[in-house]
Amino acid sequence: MTRQELPDLGARPAPAASGYDKDSTLPTHVGEPIVKVEALHKYFGENHVLRGIDLEVRQREAVMVIGRSGSGKTTLLRCINFLEEPTEGWVEVDEVRLQADPLRARSRQHQEQIRQIRLRAGMLFQEFNLFPHMSVLDNCIEAPVRVTRLSRDEAVARAEGYLDKVGLSDKRDEYPSRLSGGQKQRVAIARALCMEPKVLLFDEPTSALDPELIGEVLLVMEDLAHEGTTMIVVTHEMHFAEEAADRVVFMEDGVIVEQGPPEQLLRDPRHEETIHFLRRFIDR
Amino acid sequence: MGGYGGGAGHAHSTAMVELPARAAILDAIDAAGRKRRRSFRVQFALVWLTILAVIGWIYWSTGNIDLEFIAEWGPFILQGAPITVVVAATSIVLAVVLAIVGALGRLSEHPIPFAVASFYVSLVRGTPLLIQILFVYLALPQVGIILNPMLGGILALGFNYGAYMTEIFRAGIQAVPRGQGEAAKALGMPEKLVFRRIIAPQALRVVTPAIGNEFIVMIKDSALISVVAVQELLWRAQTAGQRNFATLQTFLIAALVYWALTIIFSYFQERLERRMAKVDR
Repeated sequence: MTRQELPDLGARPAPAASGYDKDSTLPTHVGEPIVKVEALHKYFGENHVLRGIDLEVRQREAVMVIGRSGSGKTTLLRCINFLEEPTEGWVEVDEVRLQADPLRARSRQHQEQIRQIRLRAGMLFQEFNLFPHMSVLDNCIEAPVRVTRLSRDEAVARAEGYLDKVGLSDKRDEYPSRLSGGQKQRVAIARALCMEPKVLLFDEPTSALDPELIGEVLLVMEDLAHEGTTMIVVTHEMHFAEEAADRVVFMEDGVIVEQGPPEQLLRDPRHEETIHFLRRFIDR
Repeated sequence: MGGYGGGAGHAHSTAMVELPARAAILDAIDAAGRKRRRSFRVQFALVWLTILAVIGWIYWSTGNIDLEFIAEWGPFILQGAPITVVVAATSIVLAVVLAIVGALGRLSEHPIPFAVASFYVSLVRGTPLLIQILFVYLALPQVGIILNPMLGGILALGFNYGAYMTEIFRAGIQAVPRGQGEAAKALGMPEKLVFRRIIAPQALRVVTPAIGNEFIVMIKDSALISVVAVQELLWRAQTAGQRNFATLQTFLIAALVYWALTIIFSYFQERLERRMAKVDR
């Protein structure tokens, strides 16, 4: 990846929408923008959690979002697939464009639009959220069979493929309760991949894991990133971000303070807040 | 006894000598545990038998036990047991159906189903079951609905238990972690499918032991429908007793049968509960 000068981002909150300077060369493997977040705001009651987020993620790009807890990273992710209805702004995933509509959030039409976005954006959770009453295989084929009307045989073949990819094909008939945390999260990744989404959203996927189990999950994610899976990852694993990210986004107080290639943002941050935040993680 | 005192100098040899000694100790611990559990059970049985014997002897000494009478009327009363079980089982099925609908109403975001379900729960829980049974028996014929007493009794019991179980089911649904619904929604599942495939099966697991519990309570509450002449256990005890001026004896027989029924079903209920506990998480 070529090291590039980032434009002067000036006073926040106005970072360049994509994180890439228009004139500079993009990393060669990334494609057209597939996720667009525009002027996104989210209030929880009086609490202004997202204060105007603009973010573009391109095909095959791995974007890691870092920042303190409470900075709005997780809320941003949950607003992208509308697990939280944003208060204001736009989200676009693979040409499905949807405006926040908190007053009519429950309307049938809005819900259907949300579902279209969710079909295109898979999500991984801190707590894995595998379905405990279903075997690993049934976890993986449930949505493909019931939602996208894939035939059972096709769904099973697909699930076996992805379980193999995360290294757990021998666990297909186990129930989640018999798996370790790391294995659960890898199954959850396979389950998300089975819907063949355009982008994967990871919400602190290793935060609930015992330290010795984090590695296996990060390894799978790194593989995905290198294979060109589009992903947005909220994480506290700085070394992983440095290793696998095409771009790192630093958030604080509900805005994107700074973004750039990992070697620049993590090693040579421009903004006071970023420097302050990173001091705790990276000893230089 | 070799082994533990082996000393630092014999690291290799101690490891080999230690093994049988440790195995013996573990065996002894096991054996002691078994013995303790066995003695617990024996004492438990002895206490029960003693209490029963004392009560039986006191009762016997009052001269109120007439074995001939029991031999003659016992079977008549006992024939009420299957009726009691059938009534309780049918009512609990009805109650489960009503409870599912009721719980969905209580969790609904729409005011109308919420209000209807809340009214149902409030009214039924706020009035005596006995009045509800009599009401079904007396009021329905006024509007031209004439049910046979057993059906009416089942309806009243199911309706009553449905209200209590509505709250159990509501709690069961709410006990399913929020992340389950979120994960299903994130996979693009529409809301109805999320409930049917993800939430409901997990909620059902939570409430299954409670359903068993309600069933056992229902066996005893079903005695109330004797007032509308359903020929279940208590009705038979009452009828046989009044005819022979021996109601005390027949009630006692009925009570023992109820007790036996609840012991039998509690046994299955406990096994079920243990099985459910093992499957989950």
